[in-house]
Amino acid sequence: MKVLVPVKRVLDYNVKPRVKADGTGVDLANVKMSMNPFDEIAVEEAIRLKDRAGVTEIVVVSIGEPKAQETIRTALAMGADRGILVTAETRVEPLGVAKILAKIVEEEQPQLVILGKQAIDDDNNQTGQMLAGLLGWAQGTFASKIEIAGDTATVTREVDGGLETDALKLPAIVTTDLRLNEPRYASLPNIMKAKSKPLAQKTAADYGVDVTPRITTLKVAEPNKRSAGVKVADVDELVMKLKAMGVAK
Amino acid sequence: MKTLVWVEHDGSAVKDATLAAVTAASKLGEVHLLVAGQGVDGVAQAAAKIAGVGKVHVADDAAYAHALAENIAPLVVDLMGHHDAFVAAATTTGKNIAPRVAALLDVMQVSEVLSVEGPDTFTRPIYAGNAIATVQSSDAKKVLTIRGTAFDKAAAEGGAGTVEPVASKGEQGLSSYVGSEIAANARPELTSAKIIVSGGRALGSEEQFHALIDPLADKLGAGVGASRAAVDAGYAPNDYQVGQTGKIVAPEVYVAVGISGAIQHLAGMKDSKTIIAINKDEDAPIFQVADLGLVGDLFKVVPELTEKL
Ligand SMILES: Cc1cc2nc3c(=O)[nH]c(=O)nc-3n(C[C@H](O)[C@H](O)[C@H](O)COP(=O)(O)OP(=O)(O)OC[C@H]3O[C@@H](n4cnc5c(N)ncnc54)[C@H](O)[C@@H]3O)c2cc1C
Ligand SMILES: Nc1ncnc2c1ncn2[C@@H]1O[C@H](COP(=O)(O)O)[C@@H](O)[C@H]1O
Repeated sequence: MKVLVPVKRVLDYNVKPRVKADGTGVDLANVKMSMNPFDEIAVEEAIRLKDRAGVTEIVVVSIGEPKAQETIRTALAMGADRGILVTAETRVEPLGVAKILAKIVEEEQPQLVILGKQAIDDDNNQTGQMLAGLLGWAQGTFASKIEIAGDTATVTREVDGGLETDALKLPAIVTTDLRLNEPRYASLPNIMKAKSKPLAQKTAADYGVDVTPRITTLKVAEPNKRSAGVKVADVDELVMKLKAMGVAK
Repeated sequence: MKTLVWVEHDGSAVKDATLAAVTAASKLGEVHLLVAGQGVDGVAQAAAKIAGVGKVHVADDAAYAHALAENIAPLVVDLMGHHDAFVAAATTTGKNIAPRVAALLDVMQVSEVLSVEGPDTFTRPIYAGNAIATVQSSDAKKVLTIRGTAFDKAAAEGGAGTVEPVASKGEQGLSSYVGSEIAANARPELTSAKIIVSGGRALGSEEQFHALIDPLADKLGAGVGASRAAVDAGYAPNDYQVGQTGKIVAPEVYVAVGISGAIQHLAGMKDSKTIIAINKDEDAPIFQVADLGLVGDLFKVVPELTEKL
């Protein structure tokens, strides 16, 4: 069984995003970029499924600028088998990403596509669901557990009230939540080995997909800033303030 | 402009998040609702009473009992033949269904809308709320998920919508519901609680989490939340998690106990009206957003606070 894992290169989650002074976006010049944390979890899960569920090949895809190649190499160093880099002239929105992925699915015929539940830059939380819609496949979003048996994937999902388990007919789409697993670090020998794993270079045009953005960003601004309030000396003062606020009687 | 709002319900009552979605939708024009489920007559009647609602489309079928996106999406797509926008609250159900609908309509969804600036212009948070983008959609039809805490709830009473059944599209045969573990929780639901007490990694164990956080929450009539670190360590169940990837809350009062204030946590609670932080590290980032801060060992100050309240 083949698994496809789309991975996105994003601002590292430890870096505090800075809004550009001209209000056009977030400053990405000279800052650390990494694989979207949810995608690391997706890669890790695919690798684990090699042992657990007879996965034979893991193909990773990244869509974006040429530097997204580094993100693919990271996934290859973790244990994926080969990569596909799709470069595009413009920013590609989830709908465009999903359309390109649908074409790749047609070519590669995976049984399972594991995506992150959301990319932590735009926080869209759409691509997996869109891909499932375009392909007419089942979707198991926000997964904290995946079990494969025969032609069924049983997925436990993190929902607002707790957990929900659904059975999905394969082929299917799964998106990862944080508690699915803890991703491994790539070892140095594996990082070296990853350099010689195959990586195909494509463009959005190769897939004949129109990725013209549908959404225009008019402005990006800082959120309203909260200012630090006061520190109270002790519990008595806190109780007094809470009473004054009417929170405590 | 006619907008179709996805009604989230528990089989009998409409969820608060939907009332906020109705308010957002009303800024676009005429509001119609979709109630889907099995045995949802009561929900449909309740939905029709929501202030400002026109038509309530009701799809009653076993295929809709668990709101599986694979079954719901084709139903919505059909109804979108005569609606201009689809709006769902950004709950896990809304987030599961709306993008599938968007793709089938060939529309790029606008996620987690914070405000409606015009018929095609919205604001939304990006980078865990560290930036707010104003975006304009060029799609003919709009698909939006809206952040419940950013809109007032529409009045649950006072409307006079008309209930209209819609034919089921049936079971798509792609997925099926196996079961769920929904934590029985007598406390106020996080997304609508007026006061929330949240515990972090510093609580140290599940026993201590409950021994310290629960009595304080009881005193305040509060909901209980947690940081991801506390959830990951097993001190609290996953549905307690507040933050970028957990629940987004905006209560009157948010009490953070032994939580450092990582940006991913702040993303879920920094719109709370008053933030109170208890932390032994006076330089903890949580103090930069806290209105009231108490520097101290939580194992000492929390029991004392609970007792003195
Ligand atoms: C993609 C991604 C998404 C994430 N999403 C979320 C999310 O949704 N929600 C979330 O919360 N986190 C999220 N995180 C994790 C986040 O980055 C932090 O790791 C987490 O919030 C830390 O939790 P904490 O504050 O409980 O723990 P810590 O950061 O370890 O803080 C513990 C605090 O307790 C204080 N303390 C220790 N002992 C005591 C004591 N005895 N008395 C008083 N104070 C004490 C310490 O000074 C410290 O400030 C996410 C991370 C990633 C990568
Ligand atoms: N440009 C991209 N290249 C590869 N994968 C992507 C890209 N954008 C989104 N994805 C995948 O889709 C998931 C959800 O992203 P989003 O819908 O943008 O929040 C991510 O976690 C990735 O797995």
